[in-house]
Amino acid sequence: MATRRPSPYPYWFVLPAAVVFVTLFLVPTVASFWFSLTRWDLFEAEFIGLDNYRQFFREPFLVQGLVNTLIYAVVTSGAKSVLGLLLAVLLTSGIWFQGFLRSVVFFPVLVSTIGVGIAFAALMHPTRGAINLALATIGIEGPAWLSDPALALYSVALIDIWKGVGLATLIYIAGLAAISPDYYEAARIDGATRWQQFWRVTVPLVRPATVTVVTLSLIGGLRSFDIIWATTRGGPGFASDVLASVIYKQYQAGFYGLSTAGNVILFLLIAAIVLPMTWWFSKREVDL
Amino acid sequence: MSLRRDAARRRLIGILSLLVATVIFILPFLYIVLMAVKTPQEAALFLFSWPAQWRAWQNLVEVVQTRNYMLLLAYFNSTVITVGAVTLLVIFGAMVGYVLQRRRSRWNRVIYVFLLIGLMVPPAVVPTIWVLQNLGLFKTIHGMILIQVAYGLSFAVLLYRSFIASIPRSLDEAAIIDGARPWQVFFRVILPLLKPVTVTLIVVQAVAIFNDFTNPLYYLPGRENVTVQITLFNFQSQFQSQYNLLFMNILLITIPPLLVFVFFNRQIVAGMTAGGVKG
Repeated sequence: MATRRPSPYPYWFVLPAAVVFVTLFLVPTVASFWFSLTRWDLFEAEFIGLDNYRQFFREPFLVQGLVNTLIYAVVTSGAKSVLGLLLAVLLTSGIWFQGFLRSVVFFPVLVSTIGVGIAFAALMHPTRGAINLALATIGIEGPAWLSDPALALYSVALIDIWKGVGLATLIYIAGLAAISPDYYEAARIDGATRWQQFWRVTVPLVRPATVTVVTLSLIGGLRSFDIIWATTRGGPGFASDVLASVIYKQYQAGFYGLSTAGNVILFLLIAAIVLPMTWWFSKREVDL
Repeated sequence: MSLRRDAARRRLIGILSLLVATVIFILPFLYIVLMAVKTPQEAALFLFSWPAQWRAWQNLVEVVQTRNYMLLLAYFNSTVITVGAVTLLVIFGAMVGYVLQRRRSRWNRVIYVFLLIGLMVPPAVVPTIWVLQNLGLFKTIHGMILIQVAYGLSFAVLLYRSFIASIPRSLDEAAIIDGARPWQVFFRVILPLLKPVTVTLIVVQAVAIFNDFTNPLYYLPGRENVTVQITLFNFQSQFQSQYNLLFMNILLITIPPLLVFVFFNRQIVAGMTAGGVKG
């Protein structure tokens, strides 16, 4: 009799969530592989093999979108990790206004990305924007941030870093709090300078936080869309287009198959970067 | 001696940091406020300047009235989507996290892999529209709610799972011995105990969903379906010559996250750093 009693943790508890997740997330993800091989108008899909992918890699501006995605993700993720760690060290060192400064650095994370984008597009105006006017007062001629094709992508990345560094800082602050003060004590007794303490104690021991920050910001950077759309819409020309904006533009133009191929490429790109990275991080964890 | 020097140093670095942080992080927000209260002519100059003429109230009224009170409709829609999606995320997320943590079986590995896919993989947009259309959910508020649930589920489950690990099993067992059914154990015993992590989840997801721009852009087109972030997008072209109103709009939709930040700072910090599962 006891064996027939159902588990107190029945699997039907998983059911409502599973239905939503499978229908609205997994099914489209799996279907995207098929639809990316078709010419598609949402009603009829005509199989055309790898034509969408061929077209994708033949169009220079689409390839540029792919390259831009990589640059953007690496630049934002790298900057957020480095600045986040430095800010976290600063904001845990017991300086004045520490609590207030933490809030100030973090608040942009919660603000509308589109709003931030619009505000910075005005602040970065080449001739009338506050940034260039401020630079002019100290004799520097500021660049045409968002309208210079060579610079637009990096300017958007800069706004992204401004908005997102607070989250990295927060994760690093939690990571630093988990390091036992004994390590610093021991290092001091051995005569280590602050610089040596940072490199030999802080950096190695804050590793779990680094893994989190790098992984999160890299995935976020590869998928980034709204900040780019709010500031440059991929322009000037296609200078700051990334995969996510290419997907949207092709969708708007009615090239659903091509747009979906872009989605699959983004999916494969993220998998190709994040999976080996996670594996590498977890392998190094064992070495320590 | 050295202690006093240390204190002086901390004060000096603190003051310097405050100055730098003010320029980098506070001035852009001040700029939004200043632009929002200017006249259209003055705002069009983009200058970082004190407004020659304060028009805060008039601009506010104009923004709210634009396009037949579109902003109010957007506020209503965004609120319905946020409340609906967050409610479902709490219930569904806690139920899955509970079973996943309590019951050990080979299914757990499968579910875990799906959760990680959910965190990592970007949604396939056009196929999702296709699914929504076939289900009659495209361009509907409840469709949008379910989309937000699907996308936020992984984070919710992982957050709950790690928290439930700290709740002793003996509590469930006591309730079961008292004759409670599984759903009673969950809703009467477990769910109330999850309150701290539930508050965290509500706050973090509410801000994320309220601020979401991309998903409503794809899955919720149509004038009557407008959400707050989309109003900016709509007004961006309309307000070409009325930057004061555009910035007033930014200001108005920044207020809810600001309030959340003021009242739930601690929960946000807890949620954002919890195992660092999401940004």
